[in-house]
Amino acid sequence: MAHVTDGLHRRGVLKGAAAGTAAALAGFPHIAGAQAKVIRIGMPTILSGRVAILGTSSRAAAQLAIKQFNEAGGAGGRTVELVDRDSKGRPDEAAKVTRDLINNDGCEVIIDAEASSGSFAVQEVIRDLPVLCVHTCSETSSLTADPKIHVKTAFRCARQGIHDAVAGGKYASGISKTKGLKRWMTCSPDYAYGRDNTAEFMEFAKKFDPAIEVVDQVWPKLFAPDYTENLTKILQVKPQAIYSALWGGDLVTFIEQGNLYRLFSNFDFFSGGLGDGPVLTAIKQLPPGMNTAYRYNRFYPDKPGNLAFAEAYNKLTNQEPTNWAWQNSLACQFIFEALKRTGGKTDGAALAAELKGMKVQSPFAVEDAITMRDTDHTIIGYPVAWGRTVTKLPYVEGFSPVAWSEIIEFETQWKASKGYV
Amino acid sequence: MDLQALAGCLASTSCAVTQASTGLIVGMLLFLVASGLSLIFGVLGVINFAHGAFYMLGAYFAFTAYAVTGSFALAIAAGALGVAVFGMVFERLFMSRVYGRDILMQLLVCYAFILILDDAVRTIWGAEYRMMGMPDAFALPPVEIAGGFIPGYYLFMIGTSFAVAVLLWLGINKTRFGKVVRAAAINPQMVAALGTNTTALYAGVFGVGSLLAGMAGALAAPIRTLTPGMGLSILIESFIVTVIGGMGSIVGAFIAAVLIGFTRSFGSIGFPLFVDGLMFGMMALVLVVKPSGLLGRPAT
Repeated sequence: MAHVTDGLHRRGVLKGAAAGTAAALAGFPHIAGAQAKVIRIGMPTILSGRVAILGTSSRAAAQLAIKQFNEAGGAGGRTVELVDRDSKGRPDEAAKVTRDLINNDGCEVIIDAEASSGSFAVQEVIRDLPVLCVHTCSETSSLTADPKIHVKTAFRCARQGIHDAVAGGKYASGISKTKGLKRWMTCSPDYAYGRDNTAEFMEFAKKFDPAIEVVDQVWPKLFAPDYTENLTKILQVKPQAIYSALWGGDLVTFIEQGNLYRLFSNFDFFSGGLGDGPVLTAIKQLPPGMNTAYRYNRFYPDKPGNLAFAEAYNKLTNQEPTNWAWQNSLACQFIFEALKRTGGKTDGAALAAELKGMKVQSPFAVEDAITMRDTDHTIIGYPVAWGRTVTKLPYVEGFSPVAWSEIIEFETQWKASKGYV
Repeated sequence: MDLQALAGCLASTSCAVTQASTGLIVGMLLFLVASGLSLIFGVLGVINFAHGAFYMLGAYFAFTAYAVTGSFALAIAAGALGVAVFGMVFERLFMSRVYGRDILMQLLVCYAFILILDDAVRTIWGAEYRMMGMPDAFALPPVEIAGGFIPGYYLFMIGTSFAVAVLLWLGINKTRFGKVVRAAAINPQMVAALGTNTTALYAGVFGVGSLLAGMAGALAAPIRTLTPGMGLSILIESFIVTVIGGMGSIVGAFIAAVLIGFTRSFGSIGFPLFVDGLMFGMMALVLVVKPSGLLGRPAT
């Protein structure tokens, strides 16, 4: 067996040498050199279907960051190129295109801009093919919190559910105590994210204000075209406050249909997904005073770099940036900094070593920097504030931040309760 | 399961009125789509699996017409008539070639067009969701009826759909055109032998069926987000309606659509986690007890 292997190896070397000589004579070295100079970053994402905006805004933000990086000279003499593939929102397809990007397209780094179900599939591919991978859209906490899922070369550059739950619970409880909002109801999409997100939000809201009682819950289907039956149920229950994990087009439909009943003047509304620019602008009659988590806002954090990002992105896409846009832009910043530190080398372990604990000065940071936490490969220091809607630009204002020290304290308790630490 | 809440709702006038109106809102939109599907099947004997895509086209045509003209009446006309014309062209160029062929062939042609139309919409209007917005005339507080609240636009939608149902029934049962259509559904060769241009008749019927889907899309545009592929969910529910009501029966489609609407609205109070199960259960029951549907003709 060893003999055969050796024989093949020798023949392979001879063939390789012959091919190399032929290529040199044919003038290929120039092309080969150019290919090696460009670092290909693969991006599996969702570019079709009802949540295509996740992929299109992720891709646009990455392209913008790459353009700026290349114009600045790249890293170690190497520039970067983005190769995107549509997974159509299917986890099996996400895994397949990720393998293809690495094995066939020569991608040396992966930016995984998949929704959560796809990200877990990509994580397993990265376990087998240890290139650097940065997840940029999955908000499911266990992806990085659960040590059983941990992969040494995989990181998350995205907000996560547990951080939002603590911040949201803290914010909502402040309002519930002030206004005496005891009767709560929830209306969230009936799938894993909708149920987990709602449970976590209400858990922390009740932790901070034990007087809160959830009197009813409705679970419309994901991508439901009509919410009338849910809205009239809300009319019957007459809650004082509602939490919703609906997002994207579903949330737009829910609010527009609720407007027909003048529903939102009857209770306080709390939403984790309303703060995205395209959602806010798609709603023709945005009710003022709705409470929403920060997704992205060009005026918060109030920094020139943030405004410049929004304007550059808007120029490219004719839209306001989304939550996924800033996360992908930030992910590129982390990757480029790591590439600079390795002198353009793309070895997964070397890049991962640089990313662990890395701090980058970012226009999206609450203070000055966002940190890629070394213990669980996830970011902290990003905005987790809540604000209230207004009918005109900037559509959300009065952001009320929660101290990261407090978020981390409750996150640690939550991790312990789950057996993660 | 919360039977106590359901009983409480039925005992309360305000709740009963609100939920009944919800049932009618859901049901009437379903009726428009399902009646077109049923009409086409009843006369042409083909199942137009692309009917949901026609509903989507109607919504996008209305969206564009409203954006350009600002007139909601023109938007509805554009949605309904635009899809009617498209339907007739589709029937002449493609569907007419698979009449009498294996159902798999019909399914393949329709499925191909579902994909083509979804991609065309994505190319023309973009992959992101769109919202047409409520016309100013309907931006009013909901109307209070016996303590229950019904939005003005929903009253308009219910009224329009009901008027269409009556017109359709009158057109099929009380006009000469209707008689010819009914005759063609039973014996097309005889109708052709008597001098009727059945080619034009088929295209006309397909156009009317498509018009109903387009009108449903246009009426839904102010209250639903528009996305490529939005026709799929309503197509599935429309099939449930046509199976329960009986393939080919307009009155059956009306009854079944209202039944499904009421199941959704009152089911969300009494069986909040089993509403879909109720709908499919009802369909299964009809298939077992009366496979031709409530008012469908038994297969001969």
